[in-house]
Amino acid sequence: MTEFTPLASLVGGMMIGLSAVLLMFWEGRIAGISGIASRLLPPYRDGAFLSRFGFVIGLVAAPLAMIAIGGIDVSQTVSSNIPLMIAAGLLVGFGSVWGNGCTSGHGVCGLSRLSTRSFIATGIFMATAFVTVFLVRHVIGG
Amino acid sequence: MSFFVNLALGLLFGAGLVVSGMSDPAKVLNFLDLFGTFDPSLAFVMGGAVLVTFIGYRLVLARGEPIIGTRFHMPTRNDIDTRIVAGPAIFGIGWGLGGFCPGPALTALGLGATGTFAFIPAMILGMWAARLLAEGNSARRTA
Repeated sequence: MTEFTPLASLVGGMMIGLSAVLLMFWEGRIAGISGIASRLLPPYRDGAFLSRFGFVIGLVAAPLAMIAIGGIDVSQTVSSNIPLMIAAGLLVGFGSVWGNGCTSGHGVCGLSRLSTRSFIATGIFMATAFVTVFLVRHVIGG
Repeated sequence: MSFFVNLALGLLFGAGLVVSGMSDPAKVLNFLDLFGTFDPSLAFVMGGAVLVTFIGYRLVLARGEPIIGTRFHMPTRNDIDTRIVAGPAIFGIGWGLGGFCPGPALTALGLGATGTFAFIPAMILGMWAARLLAEGNSARRTA
């Protein structure tokens, strides 16, 4: 079980939204993490490498900065099943780039732009994720 | 300059993931477990993020151009191809297996869990494979 945290989740979500809005305000780009991260790899199409690198460094540094400041729970539970996590990583990496976006690019930015492609993408990844967890927890594991 | 602005925005985004609980795979998997230990918190993450972005984008786009650069780099496609179906379907399976999507996985990197160290290199490999495959496809189309 995890605790239901509507207020913290709402506030955290609004911080994510504010970051996305400010990135559009600053340099006119979508805050899609799969797009930002995957374009750190060659081939390079534009001159935005340093921007993307800065954003990813910020993402990685965020919980460490919060630990340094203190007072915020950054605990997490990650599966230590190595083959499972490798498979999950391959699927997430390939699928998010193949579909031009992940939870942030389609789920947050795309839905906010009322993009038809993002509504379809979000519906599909939510559906396959729900089915996967159902199968893993209640069919295979149950 | 852009590096430091992006660094700050990445910190804000990452802090949002941690505060919201989305950086914890256990919470994500419980959100996805409708018929088990369902935790609806992440609906509030999506709700809060979309609310701010929906309003914020309209204010920002009304300005006509961003602070640096001359235009907004908006996705312009609205066609439905096989990639917009297959990609998210594959992504969702991986998300359901590990509880990580790309943003939370990156914020988890410095926290040093073994599972994260298995996930991140595999994710980068998958991203690169998709990009190279996509580049190959578009090169064949234009050739």
